[in-house]
Order: sequence, then C-alpha cells, then structure tokens
Amino acid sequence: MSRVEVRKTHKLYIGGAFPRSESGRTYEAVDAKGRFLANMAKASRKDGRDAVLAARKAFGGWSTRTPYNRGQILYRIAEVMEGRRDQLTTQLREAEGLSPKRTEAVVDAAVDRVVWYAGWADKYAQVLGNANPVSGPFFNLSSPEPTGVVAIVAPQGGGAGPRAADGQGPLLGLVSTVLPAITTGNTVVVVASEAHPIPAVTLAEIMATSDLPSGVVNLLTGSSAEIAPWLATHSDVNGLDLTGVDDPELARTLESDGAENLKRVRRPSDEDWLREPTLSRLEQWVETKTVWHPIGV
Amino acid sequence: MAFEYAPAPESRAIVDLKSSYGLFIDGEFVDGTGTPFKSISPASEEVLAEVSEASEADVTKAVQAARRAFEKVWGPMPGRERAKYLYRIARIIAERSRELAVLESLDNGKPIKESRDVDIPLVSQWFFYYAGWADKLGYAGRGPDPQPLGVAGQVIPWNFPLMMLAWKIAPALAAGNTVVLKPAETTPLTALLFAEICQQADLPPGVVNIVTGAGATGQALVEHPDVDKVAFTGSTAVGRQIARSVAGTDKKLTLELGGKAANIVFADAPLDQAVEGIVGGIFFNQGHVCCAGSRLLVQESVYDEVLERLKRRMGTLRLGDPLDKNTDIGAINSAEQLARIRELSDVGDAEGAERWSAPCEIPDHGFWFAPTIFTGVTQAHRIAREEIFGPVLSVLTFRTPAEAVEKANNTPYGLSAGVWTEKGSRILSMAEQLRAGVVWANTFNKFDPTSPFGGYKESGYGREGGRHGLASYLKEHA
Repeated sequence: MSRVEVRKTHKLYIGGAFPRSESGRTYEAVDAKGRFLANMAKASRKDGRDAVLAARKAFGGWSTRTPYNRGQILYRIAEVMEGRRDQLTTQLREAEGLSPKRTEAVVDAAVDRVVWYAGWADKYAQVLGNANPVSGPFFNLSSPEPTGVVAIVAPQGGGAGPRAADGQGPLLGLVSTVLPAITTGNTVVVVASEAHPIPAVTLAEIMATSDLPSGVVNLLTGSSAEIAPWLATHSDVNGLDLTGVDDPELARTLESDGAENLKRVRRPSDEDWLREPTLSRLEQWVETKTVWHPIGV
Repeated sequence: MAFEYAPAPESRAIVDLKSSYGLFIDGEFVDGTGTPFKSISPASEEVLAEVSEASEADVTKAVQAARRAFEKVWGPMPGRERAKYLYRIARIIAERSRELAVLESLDNGKPIKESRDVDIPLVSQWFFYYAGWADKLGYAGRGPDPQPLGVAGQVIPWNFPLMMLAWKIAPALAAGNTVVLKPAETTPLTALLFAEICQQADLPPGVVNIVTGAGATGQALVEHPDVDKVAFTGSTAVGRQIARSVAGTDKKLTLELGGKAANIVFADAPLDQAVEGIVGGIFFNQGHVCCAGSRLLVQESVYDEVLERLKRRMGTLRLGDPLDKNTDIGAINSAEQLARIRELSDVGDAEGAERWSAPCEIPDHGFWFAPTIFTGVTQAHRIAREEIFGPVLSVLTFRTPAEAVEKANNTPYGLSAGVWTEKGSRILSMAEQLRAGVVWANTFNKFDPTSPFGGYKESGYGREGGRHGLASYLKEHA
C-alpha cells in the first residue's frame, strides 16, 4: 500500500506568524485544469488591519537596519528560495499548467530577481540621492528614505490579465513587486494572487526562515477586491501598489480612496516580469529628504 | 533714547499697471469668457486691476494651444535651443527684477525686502538653473533618452506667486513639456507680467499659457482630459480633491501641500541664532509659508530664556507698508485668510493656550495680523495640529531628544523641520529621525533651485528643485 501524503494547511503570514483567517473562512485553490489543490485562508478586513499593524510595528526596526544588513537578509531569501526551487517549480506548474522548462525559467528568474534587489540595498541611495550645489555656504544633501507601510496587490496570473499565460504573476510578479519596497526599508502588506496563491505561501515560509524580521512582509490570501479597499482607506498605509488590480473601475476607486491620506499610488500595469527591471519601483517607495546645514567656523 | 525710522517707500512708478488684464493663450493676451474679477492690494484694499476669468472653454483653448506647441514646436526642438529661451527668460527676469518685486509686493502684500531679495532673485535663478538641464536630460536619471510628458496643467498658490510659477514652469519647459498655468485669484499680476516676459523672449506661442481665475478654473484645468501632468501647490484639502480627480487616468501628479513644521531648539543651541531662526521660520512672508516653523519645540531648561529673547526680538519687528524697505511684516494676503488666522487664534484662546502678540500699530486699511505666539500649547490643541498659514507660533516644550522626535513627528504633515544644536552627531541623528522632506539644521527657510523640496505623508508627493524636480516632468524609464 502506497504512503498517504501529509498535506499542509495553507495560512496567512502576519507579523512573522502563520495564522488562519480570523474570519474562519477558506476558499479553494485549484490547478490549471480546475482540480482541487488546497483550501486557502480567505483573509478578512480584520486580517488586513492586523497585517497593517504588524507592518507598522516592524517599520522602525527594518528602516533603520544598515543597508548592508538589509542586503544580506534579502540575499538570504534568495539562498533559501534556491533550496526550495523544486517545491516552487512543482507548485507553480500545478497552478499555471506550464511546461516544466517554462516553469523553471520563471522560478529561476524569481530567485535571480531577489538577488538583483538584494544588491541594490546598499547602492540605491547613491544613485537616487544627490549632493546639491546650492548658491550659499551650506552643506546640502538629498537622500532617499522609505515611505513607510506599502500595501501591494500582487500580479494575479491564472487567467487574469494578458500575460496570465506566461505564468509569471503568482511568484515572479510577487517578488518583483514586494522586493523593491522592502529593499528601500519599507514594510509591506501584500495580497497574493487570488487564483494561484500556493507559491506565495511558500515564499512566506521562505521569508520566515531567512532572518527577515517579523512583520516586514505580511502576506494575505483571498479576494483582493474584498481586502484592497480596506487597505486603500487605511490611514496607516502610506503607499498603494495596484499593479495586480485587473479591474480598471476597482483601480480607480482604490486610487481615489488612497487620496484621503495622500497615499503614494502606483497604478495597475501589465509587465513582462522576465525583463530586467529599472529603478522605477525602488524610486516609487522612497521619499527624498534634503538636509541643510550652514558652513562656517 | 529711541531711534525712529523715517518712511522709506520703494517707488511704485516702475510698475505700469493696466486697468484690466486678459488671459495669455497661444502667445496672445485674450479676453476670458468668465466673469472678470478684481485683484486688490491687501495692504490698502485699493483695486489694482481687473482680471479676466478663464471659463472651461478658455481652459480648453489654452490646453489646445499647449498641445499644438508641444507637438509642433517645443517637443521637437533640440534641448540646446530650448535652453536658450529659458536663459533669455532668466535674464529678462533679472533685468526687470525691481519691477517684478514691486508688483509682487503690491499684489501679495509681502515686504519689498523679501520680494526684492528672496523671491525675484530665486525666480531668475530657477530659470537659469533649469535652462542648463534642457540639453542634458539623459543625465536626469530617467535613462539615456528620456521623453517629456506632454502638456502640464499647473495650479499655484498666492504666497509666493512668481516663485511658485518658476518652480513649476522652469523644469517643465526644460524637460520639453508645454504648460498651462493658473495663478491664484488673489495674486495673478506677476504671472501676467511673466507672460509679457515670454513675449519679450520670443518664446514660441503656446509653450506657456496663463489662465486666471479661482477654484473652478483650476478644476477645469486639472480635470481637462488632454492634460498629461498635473502639478499643484496649495492646501492639503484641495490636493486631496485633485488626487481623487486624477484617479484612474494616466495623468502624472505632483503635490506640494500643507505643513506644520516643528522647529526644535536644544539647550546647547546658539540661542541668539536660534531666535533669529525661529522668527524667520514663522514670520517670514507673514507665515504664509507651507514649510513655516509653526510649532516651536524648546528644551525645557532653556524655555524661559528663549521665550524672553524671542519676545524681545519680536518687539523690534516692523509691521506696515509692504513697499517700505524697513518693513519686516507685510499684509495678510486676503480678508479670507485673515479671518482664518483669527478664527484659529481664537480657538487657541478658547482651548486654554496663552496668547502674546508683539506690540505694533495696525494700519487703518488692509489686512493685518500682529506677530503672535501661543504658550502653554499641548499636542491636542488645534493650533498645534492645523496649519494656520499666518504669523502665529505655537510653543511646546520637551526634555529628551526622543520626546522631541516624537512630538515633531506627531502630525499628518511632513514637509519640513528645524533643529538647533551645536552637537553635530545630534543634528544628524535628529535629521535622520524627523519624517519631513526638508530638514534645516541651524538654519531655516532656505531654498535653492538645485535643492529638492517637497513633503512626506499628507504634505504631498514629488519634489521640486534639483535633478528630482526635473525628473517629475519626464516619463518613467522605458
């Protein structure tokens, strides 16, 4: 008699812990052919608010780590991802139904993307900052600082958006939106791909074992249309990344709601995540601070 | 023995005021189709001129002119040629600086020494600085061949009328955009004089368009579907509305909004310099400054000494005729703003703070408010939380640096902050922890075209000045 598999309960990732949804709700994740894969926690408004709380709590510590230290931790995420490459590949292939070769290319790109951003942690300030030659006896320096708590609707994949067939969204799209925000010292609440959330939960487990402090990334599974409005109106959220919002009307409402506390908003986009990124997403979640001091004896 | 000052008024003969002004669209002055309004001198309430109001149809004409100029002339023009127009404008502003300064003080009410020595020199410098960027856009951090956004709709406030115009127009034009700009309804005159300067510079028609009017004109501009970029400086409430109105469009948006800056004085600060900084921080331009140091945080051990020196210094401030070269405090810009300042100050009294105003004579006509401080202010008081936008300072105290940081950051705003201390490591530590876009250490209210300016949190987003300010008018990396 063959061995019976030990299945895993897939949960949310909030403040470094893996709770079920406080609402007690779940929904079914299915594979590319519509077959049952797992019951996923269906995050509620309360889960969203708990996640924002955890992200805010983590912000002070994470944003004041040395850039070198942040880079090391992000690189560690890539190291642990590499070790769980087979698991990620299997989960992504089940979800998206891609060829093995294609799936591997996407997973490899996701790992490499993390390495790319890890390397930026102690460099972007030199590229985005400036010494300003003011016309007077003043020291004048502009440097980028993190915006704060960033809420992200990650690329969806799985039948949503024109690039869905590429299978990039659930993992590569996720790391490509989350990493730039945390590289610059922000903390994140991310709503994972609704249809294909399992690779995202695995990524959360990877982050939880990569020395990433609790609360720096908080990951919710469930309906982005249900959760995102609570994040868009939350006054302790400073940035809103709508990359994965496929419904233009929902995107408009979320952007408009975000105006209440002047959230920085990144509008939806459909990108080829396999392309090497620009600095755009790093620049998106920083504030330029300019410090003046007189020069004199 | 007391020394009295003789009146030393700057002559207004240099300004040739017309009785009425039209809109500036496609290189020509044209009559608007809205209801004309009057611009008055806030120091005397005399009518300076009648100004056209741009209706929605007029705004559309201006946007169309800007679009044509963008597609046919300004966009295709090599950067080095665009640069020369901007250099011309910078030079003409310098040549006509006295005229601009007098007109600015007449229309806005600010002291001539400020318009003459701060506003107008910075305006000329702003154009000169960005002129040099026009043929170097590949170095702006937007890739090797960055593209302009198109037509920029820009709405500016009344506190630094021409300076805000320069902050908006200079980088936009350098990057290859064309603009439609709406000056504030109480201070449109220098923008219209700037339009004449564009004509003198032979700037191609449609590159700069000026539409005058109030909120409705501004709304028509930012909501116009053919505008690619909206830049706004003004109140957080209006900024919020604009952010809502551009939601779901492709328009780029930068907002420079309100502030409630903390000016933090440590016990080891050079107190006389700090007092000068406190006075400059809140009473410069009658406190009509979004980055004004309107919350003074004094370390408890020097509180009495600082307050005594501050009151003594405030007693020497001269309030009166904005055109008098000895005037320190000019007129409040409008009756409406004066009412707002009075209302919030009365709330300060009602909530239990203690008011002290510098003894000074208030002229019979015009809008005036004596330099005022409130002591005994707590963080819960409205005068410690809301932007008053007038010469009113709220004084709070602290014991430790950590408490100073916590109080300074306890605001939805994050535009600027000040720190006064002789200890270098403390300056850097405070500068790091203050959540504000500009931190002035042992100085305050300094501006420069090379230096990015803009807020955190509800003070808005985007930067003006420097390379960052230029990048706000270029497309994202391809």
